[in-house]
Amino acid sequence: MPKFVFLWTDLVLWLVVATAIVYVIHVRRNPNLRATWRHVLRDAPAMSAAVVLAVFIGLALLDSVHFRPRLAAAPAAPEASAAYATRTLSLLDVLLRHAIEAREKTYSVPLAYWSFQRETVVIDGREERQYPRLAFGGAHLDDPAQQWRPDLLSRSLQGVAGGLAFAVLMVIAVASARGRRAGGWRRALGEMTRGETEVPWRAILATAAAIAVVIGWLVAIWPYYHPFGTDRTGNDVLYQALKSIRTAVVIGSLSTIATLPLAIALGVLAGYFKGWIDDVIQYFYTVLSAIPPILLVAAFVLLINVYIDRNAENFATGVERAEFRLFLLCVILGITGWATLCRLLRAETLKISELEYVQAAHAFGVSHGRIMWRHILPNVMHLVLIVAVLDFSALVLYEAVLSYVGVGVDPNSSSFGSMINLARSEMSRDPAVWWNLATAFTFMLALVLAANLFADAVREAFDPRSRAFRPRRFRLKEST
Amino acid sequence: MLNYIVRRIGYALLILIGVNLLTFTLFFAVNSPDNIARLNIGAKRVSQDAIEKWKAERGYDKPLWFNPKAEGVDRFRNTIFFDRSLKLFTLDFGTSDSGRDIAHEIATRIPASLALAGPMLLLTLFSGITFSLLLVFFRASYLDFWGTVVCVVMMSISSLFYIIMAQWLFGKTLKLVPLSGFVPGLDLFKFLALPIVVGIVFQLGSEARLFRAMLLEEASKDYVRTARSKGLAEPAVLFGHVLRNAWLPILTHVGALLPYAFLGSIVFESFFGIPGLGTYVVEAIAGQDFAIVHTMVFLGSLLYILAYLATDIAYTFVDPRVRLA
Repeated sequence: MPKFVFLWTDLVLWLVVATAIVYVIHVRRNPNLRATWRHVLRDAPAMSAAVVLAVFIGLALLDSVHFRPRLAAAPAAPEASAAYATRTLSLLDVLLRHAIEAREKTYSVPLAYWSFQRETVVIDGREERQYPRLAFGGAHLDDPAQQWRPDLLSRSLQGVAGGLAFAVLMVIAVASARGRRAGGWRRALGEMTRGETEVPWRAILATAAAIAVVIGWLVAIWPYYHPFGTDRTGNDVLYQALKSIRTAVVIGSLSTIATLPLAIALGVLAGYFKGWIDDVIQYFYTVLSAIPPILLVAAFVLLINVYIDRNAENFATGVERAEFRLFLLCVILGITGWATLCRLLRAETLKISELEYVQAAHAFGVSHGRIMWRHILPNVMHLVLIVAVLDFSALVLYEAVLSYVGVGVDPNSSSFGSMINLARSEMSRDPAVWWNLATAFTFMLALVLAANLFADAVREAFDPRSRAFRPRRFRLKEST
Repeated sequence: MLNYIVRRIGYALLILIGVNLLTFTLFFAVNSPDNIARLNIGAKRVSQDAIEKWKAERGYDKPLWFNPKAEGVDRFRNTIFFDRSLKLFTLDFGTSDSGRDIAHEIATRIPASLALAGPMLLLTLFSGITFSLLLVFFRASYLDFWGTVVCVVMMSISSLFYIIMAQWLFGKTLKLVPLSGFVPGLDLFKFLALPIVVGIVFQLGSEARLFRAMLLEEASKDYVRTARSKGLAEPAVLFGHVLRNAWLPILTHVGALLPYAFLGSIVFESFFGIPGLGTYVVEAIAGQDFAIVHTMVFLGSLLYILAYLATDIAYTFVDPRVRLA
């Protein structure tokens, strides 16, 4: 048995997942919420975004089960004692073992079999400067100059074909599942291709198929090449990017969660009791929001630095220290970021607490606490949800800036921010090392764009005022 | 109206005092000066003598809030709180942990910051409002739909990416603009052009979307329908009615942006090597200079509060309801 390591960030991330599941069950039981969420379910961009988000979150969760593998016992060691590796691994690390092991010396271009830097090689007694072959990328080729192109092509074709086959399987599965209710799979398939289903299956399956093709290609290529090249120390860039997803998801979700207790409690209290309580709470959040956020975060991070510096012995492994730092960073972003939500909740509570049903509750002698809990809180929760999903993408982007300023995640843990920061000097090399930046950017854009699109749909569903003006494509159909 | 302004100023002062107390607690009370010294000296085993010496050189050897050894007013004057916090109100910033005069540094860096932030703010606003007006004018059309999509995509791209790509494309490959060398004079225009343009492009997505929402909110009100029904042309409705009333939320937004324009182009300044306040902060954070960061937090909040006051006062000019109340 390996020794499981429970990191703070892991626990909270899994807690978030559990909460999300509870929320889904709650939504299914509640007709009002169900009707609102149906707006999101009908929105094609939002559902495509949800598929992308699901893949990212799945990867992040895979990367959130940490353990230290047990080392092979020394022959003389007694049975009971067990030694554990000093490195903490995650499930994702185990899945991508080959990528960790396939470490080159330095940069290499995506899919290359040659190194980025020339080395002096002695051939027939003469010194020649040439690009040496990589230790792992394309190492299976006997005559790379001849075989490289056809090998790459055939493997790519295989991978893409595999991905497509999987996509077709998905379509068939969905069509047959729908066919039971919609009268035959042919009809279901027809409805889906024409985009006539209530849930936009066409968009969902197209996105899923695209992802399947990409994954298929990677599965075919990755064991033999570095699909996105290697970085300065020879690490696989794709592996770095996949590891960065977790950091981004953790920052995006945990920081928002950390704002909730303060924002909800204080916002509702201020709006409900008004008077001096309102004044005091308003004063607090005005003070906090008067400090420029980057500087406030920097101030807190300097505090953490001192703390970690003093308690260095409390952290068994480097990963634990980095994770603790990440966790504290999220808490800090939460402490510094609750003012916006609090202000919104206060305003909404002010409005709601004047409504007749709250007055009726007063008249019936319901206690303050119960009114806030039963009558006000459920009616402001949509704001919480909107702000939470909107903040997610902003925080992912913010992380990059924070890392650049030097108050972001631990330099040892991979994040999009640190990848982009490194790219700054790489782009000024000649020839430019572009693949680090391109990979980080592509992954980040996919994540943030998906989060933004999904957030937009959620906001539209829960806040009818923000419903965007859209060109009506189905005007004729709707009227009939 | 005078009553209103005086009240606002009083509240602003109260907020500033709060900020001051909070930041002082954060910087020097939670973190004892001993720890700061240890972190700054940096060696593994630091002798108490070295710490004392470091503290004495920078005036951290006094008690935090209250000095029992002194007499009279000096009991409060002879403290770190007085030196580091209360003096900030008189804009006496003291010296940094590395021994430089902070006020002098700030004064020499302000012009560079302003040269970048001023044009950037104005042009960003202008382009954002123009673009959103275009979208609102053609609302519910495909132009509007795709314009919004472009906005969302632009918002989803990290500012760092815009900067790196622009530097690579225009600075390194096309060699249109110099990449470094901040020198006053005519070359400054050429040098600042790139950061300003990148700044505009990077903010255009979120700004235009925000302004579009504000304008649409205004455009769905009854008086706009009345204006249309009495036969006004759409441009007249948009510019004469909608935009005029949308100035109020836009103004609020600008008020919130002002301090960032001044301080917050931290990333732009340090990427483009502009010796402004942003670079100063980044250097201070990297060097773990608590005195500088503390001062800059205070300065940033001061600017925020001043901008807030300015917005409040501007309201009285824009909105007669505030002026007459």
